[in-house]
This record gives sequence, C-alpha cells and structure tokens, in this order.
Amino acid sequence: MQLLTPGLGLIFWNTLIFLVVLILLRKYAWKPILKALDDREKTIDDSLKTAERTKEEMNALKSEHEEMLQQAKQERMAIIGEANRIKEQIITEAKEKAGAEAAKITEDARREIENRKMEAIVDVKNQIGAMVVEMSEKVLRKQLENKTEQEEYIRRLADDITRNN
Amino acid sequence: MADRWLQILLSIIHSRNFYGSFRYSAFVTYLCDRLKNHPSPDSRMTVRLKIKALTTIVLAWVVTAHVCASTDDPAAIPQESAATEISDSSHAAAAESANEEGGFNAGEMIMEHIMDSHEWHFFTLTRKDGTEWHASICLPVIIYTPGVGLNVFSFHKLHHPQVYKGFALDEENHIVRTDGKTFYDFSITKNVMQLFIAFTLMLILFISVARNYSKYGVKAPKGIQSAIEVIVLFVRDEIAKPMLGEHYKKYLPYLLTLFFFIWINNVMGLIPGSANVTGNIAVTMTLAVLTFILMMFSSRKSYWLHMVSPPGVPLGVKFILVPIEFISNLIVKPFALMIRLFANMLAGHLLVLSFIALIFIFAALSVLAGIGASIFSVAFATFIYLLELLVTALQAYIFTVLSALFIGETLAVGSDHGSEHH
Repeated sequence: MQLLTPGLGLIFWNTLIFLVVLILLRKYAWKPILKALDDREKTIDDSLKTAERTKEEMNALKSEHEEMLQQAKQERMAIIGEANRIKEQIITEAKEKAGAEAAKITEDARREIENRKMEAIVDVKNQIGAMVVEMSEKVLRKQLENKTEQEEYIRRLADDITRNN
Repeated sequence: MADRWLQILLSIIHSRNFYGSFRYSAFVTYLCDRLKNHPSPDSRMTVRLKIKALTTIVLAWVVTAHVCASTDDPAAIPQESAATEISDSSHAAAAESANEEGGFNAGEMIMEHIMDSHEWHFFTLTRKDGTEWHASICLPVIIYTPGVGLNVFSFHKLHHPQVYKGFALDEENHIVRTDGKTFYDFSITKNVMQLFIAFTLMLILFISVARNYSKYGVKAPKGIQSAIEVIVLFVRDEIAKPMLGEHYKKYLPYLLTLFFFIWINNVMGLIPGSANVTGNIAVTMTLAVLTFILMMFSSRKSYWLHMVSPPGVPLGVKFILVPIEFISNLIVKPFALMIRLFANMLAGHLLVLSFIALIFIFAALSVLAGIGASIFSVAFATFIYLLELLVTALQAYIFTVLSALFIGETLAVGSDHGSEHH
C-alpha cells in the first residue's frame, strides 16, 4: 500500500523541478534548437527550390542556346548564300563593266586613230599643196623668165578667166 | 651410388615422422586458408561480440555475486537490527521469520530498493564481530509542522533510534512526531536527490546542445547534438504535429521536456544504486496532473459541449453517456497516464530485483545452489534489464504521445466530432 500512496514532499519537489526545467529549457534549449531546426529545414527547402529553379533555368537556357545555335546556323547559311549571290553578281557586273570599258577604250582608240589619220591626211594635203604651189612657182618662174612667155601666160590666164566666166 | 640415395629417400618418405609432419602442415595450411579466406569480416565481428558478451556476463555474474554477498550477509541484518533498533514485538517477529528463511528477506530487499527513503544507501559491510558498516548518504529532512514551523536537519540525527526535535523513527523507518501532531514532509529524499541530478543533467545536456546550434548554425549536427536532434525531430514530427495539428508549436516545449524528463529519469533509474524515480507514483502523478492541467487550460468550448451533449445521441442514451464521458475524460485519462508509467517502471525493477533475490534465496539453501541459481538469475535479469532499456524509451514515448493526444482532443484537432462544430 505504501507503494500506491504518493508522498507530498516528492510531489512538491517534482512539480517544482519539472516546472523549472520546463521554463529553463523552453527559453534556453528548445527555443534555439527548434529555431535552428526550422532554419535548417527552410534552408534545405530553399536550396532545393533554388536547385530546381536553376535546373529549369538551365534547361530553358539550353533550349534557348540550341535555338540560337540553329538560328545561327540558318543565318550562316543565309549569309553564305547571299555572299555567293553577291559574288556572282559582282563578277557578272565586273565582267559587263570590263566589257563596256574595253569597248569604250577601243572606240576611243579608233576615234583617235581616225582623228590622227585625218589630221595627218590634212597635213599631207597641205604640205602637198604647198609643195605643188612652190614647185609651180618654181616652174612658172623658170618659164616666165622672158617677156614673151610672160605675156603669153598672162593672156592664157586671162583667157581662162574669160572662158570660165 | 644412386641406389643408396634412392634408398635413403624412400626410407624418409616411408617413415611415420614424415607423414606426420606432412599431415600436420596440411592441417595448418587448411586452417590458414580457412582463416584467411572463409570468415568474412561480419562473422569475425560476431565471434568477437560473442566473446565480449560472454565475458561481460561472467564478469557481471562475478561482480553481482560478490557485491550482493557483501551487502546482505545472512543473519547479520536481523541480528544487528535486533541489537540496535527498538525491540518492537512485530519487528522481532519479522526478524525471526527472516531468520527462518535463512536470513534473507527478499520482499524487504526489493522494497528497500524500490521505495523512496531519507538516505541514499549503497551497500553494507559486515565486520567480523557482526556490526555493520553502511555506505550511505544521509539526506536532509525538511519538515513543516503547522503551529511549530519548519525543521531542517540531517537524517543522520534520526539514524540511531533517538528523538530529535520531537521526531523519531517508527519500526518501518518512517519519520513520526513523538507528540502525534500532523506534519508535512518536504524532505530531500533519495528520489528528490535523483530528480535534482536529472535536472542538472538535463540543463547541461540541452543547453550545451542548444549552444552547439548557435555555434554551427544550419550546418550538420555534431556529437551528442545529432543524437538529441533525432529525438527532438521525432517528438516534433511524430508526436506533436499529428496530435496537435497547427497548435503544435505552443505545446512542443512541454512535450519535449516531458519526453526527456521521463526518459532520462527512466534510464537513470536503471543504473544500479540509483533511485527508481519514475516507478514512484508521486512522480507519475505529478506529470499526469500537469498534463491534465494543460488539457483543462487548452480545452475549447466544443470539447465541453461534446461531453455535456454528445451530438446525434438519443436523449435516453445521453443520461448514460454523459457521466461516462465525464469520467473517462476527466478522471480515467490522467489516471491511466499515471498508472501506466508507474506500473511499467516498477514492474521492470521488481523483475530484475526478484531474479537477483532468487540467488540469495537459493544461496541460503546451499552455496552450490546459490552459484547455480546465479547463472540463470543473472542471465534472466540481464535479459529483463535489456528489455527495460527499450521500455524506458517506449514508456517516455507513450506518456508523451498520450499527453499530446489528450491535449489534442481538447483542442478538437483531427477528430471528426470536433469538425462538426467548426
């Protein structure tokens, strides 16, 4: 029976000790421990979320990157095509231009040659004329050294003039 | 020449010595092979464990037998008590009956270990002349007598049958007033002392752990911190959260303190020589009353409404149901808490002590019987002891989980009855 009768002193001390332990531990142990545990859980949660987000971002970046790569490839192809086209164009243009230039140069040269030839011909004509006049003069002077022949010639000239008139 | 050599060689081969050495070396090789290849590290570990366990049991047996033999020398106790204590007729009878049993009273020994007392007794040595030397610490006695006031003195003053400040010891070693007045005993008894030790231990342990948390922050726990953390998380996630729902934060410090208080006291109670605190009904009653007070303070209107008029119950049944509800909620629940822990812890100690008492009961018959009994008794006591180690944690868990459950009920958490009202 003694076992089943609680002692007053023990009840008193146990209540006191338990309450003091409760109050002290609540303030100095459980509060920091639970806070630390909460913090850690939050940190882990956040880290996991961040990791997930980063993964998603990475995936997005990757697909974006691939897209960009594809685009770049296409662009490269386009640029190469354009360049080829331009090259062809330039070559044809250059060819055309060169042809035209060559034609123009030939024409110019031909014209120059013509001009020069005409000039030369004129020159030759003039010189021949002058030579003829000079020779004629010399011949005439020789012929007209005596008086009779002079008169004869004048008369013939005069005849010519009258006949032409 | 060649013939001669061959003859010698043959004679060597045919000699018994050669075969013997060959067989022996083959056996050694075989053994070496087995040792090298066969036993896995696991099996080697089990062998080592087995050896250790065997040594431990033998050691425990030797030590227990030795200590117990020195503690309770047969016939010494009754002689001494008869010689020194008040020669009361009933006590003399008890001593006589003890003498008839061979000087060992198992019930007395067990009660002495289980009950609270004013001194912390470790062991007793008996001198050759029959006088005893008690290795015990006398604890302070604090007694308040209405009208007289507070008396504080060492129990040593009452140790030898003498009257001190109007107090004396009766035949069952209880303090009584010689003038018969009522008094209140607030003594620092063995159990209170043990509670103080547990108190100090808890404060040191948990505050140092808490300091670790502020030191390491959110990093991984270290040392004892990791052990405590697992239990704290268990109490929080497996007890507080499911039982108390969203209110768990408010009650978590109480539940944690309760769990560790019970557990540490349970475990400390298992240490030989310590007090059996949680096997004392005053302690479990205090804890149960604290839970009951918390229940009452946290109770909501719906909890009482349900008790006064359970919904969906015919009026006639209500007359039966309401008193049952009242009794079960207000009396049975805290009472069950109190008895469960008390009985469990008491039973474990009783079993261990009974097995040890068996040794002395048999030893009183003959020394050989004592030695024979000690082997089985120690084996069984060790088994019960290990079981008790499990029970310490289990009972702490059960007490905490039921406290949380009862508090949760008053908060109408998670019960379908409660949700009807909200």
